[in-house]
Amino acid sequence: MNTIEDIRARVPALAQTVYGKPLVYLDNAATAQKPVEVIELLNRMNSGINANVHRAMYKLSDEATNLYEGARERVREFINAPARENIIFTSGATAAINLVAQSFCTRYLKSGDSVVVTEDSHHSNIVPWQLACERAGAQLKVLHVDDNGEWRMEELDTLLDERVKIVAAAHISNVLGIINPIEELISKAHALGIPVLIDGAQGIVHSKVDVTALDCDFYAFSAHKVYGETGSGILYGKEALLDAMPPYMGGGDMVGTVTFEKTTYAPLPLKFEAGTPNFIGSAALKPALDFAYEIHNGELGKVVEESEREIVAFMKSALQEMDGAVLYGNVENKIPLFSFNVEGCHPGDIAQILDKMGIAVRTGLMCAEPLMSRFGVTSMVRASFAPYNTLDEAKYFISSLKRVVGMLR
Amino acid sequence: MSIQEVENQIIEEFSIFTDWMDKYEYIIELGKSVPVLEERFKTEENLIKGCQSRVWLGCREEDGKLYFTADSDAIITKGIISLLIRVYNGQTPQAILNSDLSFIEAIGLQENLSPTRANGLLSMIKQIRMYALAFENK
Repeated sequence: MNTIEDIRARVPALAQTVYGKPLVYLDNAATAQKPVEVIELLNRMNSGINANVHRAMYKLSDEATNLYEGARERVREFINAPARENIIFTSGATAAINLVAQSFCTRYLKSGDSVVVTEDSHHSNIVPWQLACERAGAQLKVLHVDDNGEWRMEELDTLLDERVKIVAAAHISNVLGIINPIEELISKAHALGIPVLIDGAQGIVHSKVDVTALDCDFYAFSAHKVYGETGSGILYGKEALLDAMPPYMGGGDMVGTVTFEKTTYAPLPLKFEAGTPNFIGSAALKPALDFAYEIHNGELGKVVEESEREIVAFMKSALQEMDGAVLYGNVENKIPLFSFNVEGCHPGDIAQILDKMGIAVRTGLMCAEPLMSRFGVTSMVRASFAPYNTLDEAKYFISSLKRVVGMLR
Repeated sequence: MSIQEVENQIIEEFSIFTDWMDKYEYIIELGKSVPVLEERFKTEENLIKGCQSRVWLGCREEDGKLYFTADSDAIITKGIISLLIRVYNGQTPQAILNSDLSFIEAIGLQENLSPTRANGLLSMIKQIRMYALAFENK
């Protein structure tokens, strides 16, 4: 059972047709489709284990809490974090970054300080910092990319100084698909004692993440991009930092004792999990990460790696050979994610016709307007592949694209 | 011709298409044949921004009737715009405000008016109605 078809057979959404055509789903960087194990857990909890976590003394609540905390343990293991205290459940990567931008910056960012972000960042890793800088009277500084989309590491020496309180960087850009040199960034920032947050929304899916080896201070990701449920995500943080940060939201489950004069807070990780969490969605991270682990390790892992290598090679050469096509982020160290434009064709038009051919791609600003501006465009087409996509789908995509371009020109 | 009559005419024209691709070929042709809006009209003031594509819309009044010029950087959007303009051009503000543009759904293009498409069309129709309202009250 070690073929791409075997993986596909476990992901029911892939078997459907749209407009009478087999679905070719190439918007995985936005949301990945779920394997049956995830769907079954969600169903099982919704139908039989729908009880609030951490609060009650009865069987259903115990079961829900065990599944919720079991998922936390699975996340800890998956990213090699030291302890459960490091793993905060959030509603997604955006919420995780906002948590740090609010809570960390309230404590540490002052007037005259600065925050460094990377130009290839998603809006979710730009705007929270912009807001924090506005509140503090601090400055937002940018690490730019070169024409290939790679970080201009030489800029770091002038960007990083004692006024920089945090660096927030994309592990893998959602537009360019380039695996960024975060190790080097982290070590340069740490040399000056500056903490680093990594937006791992794409990174968690396509690379082996070991937060201990990376030594990053925060790592954020969403569950729904890694085969889990929407509305769930993770903030990994170093314990000393999380301890020093004030709570982000107040509410139930995050408190020690409450009086009207003074409230004490629950220990980590619950200090940052105010209110009833999305315990069903978060519990589903366990089967989701089990699935992710399985398809990237062992014999199956080799099959997936080979398939992805073939897809990347095919897509790169097909887009390079296509008349008038420009592929952004065309570098060696790249995940199977391809953002491009074709001269004389608007991305929106391309996507709209591809849709009728059964192909789902993303177009538009892709929540990365500064990066679009950097490349002088207002829109791109993005085809992002998951391990369950096949080379045949890539070929169908390219032949369909050629037909569409013929229609539009 | 009334708005409804033009709409019926368009529905009739589209009824010959059984395949999606043919329908799109036709809309693309319409998009290509729309007179291109002069650059001087493509002002920030006339621009309607969507995430996916941009639309420019201008309006003038003559003898109590409204005339629109528009453009888009996306050809399918432009083709649909040409249909909208065909329906609305030379109509009174009152008639425009009373119209419901049911032809869009009848020819199967309703998803293009969905807010999630963010292609500027929905905002453009809103803007046309705003013009109609402004001229009606003049």
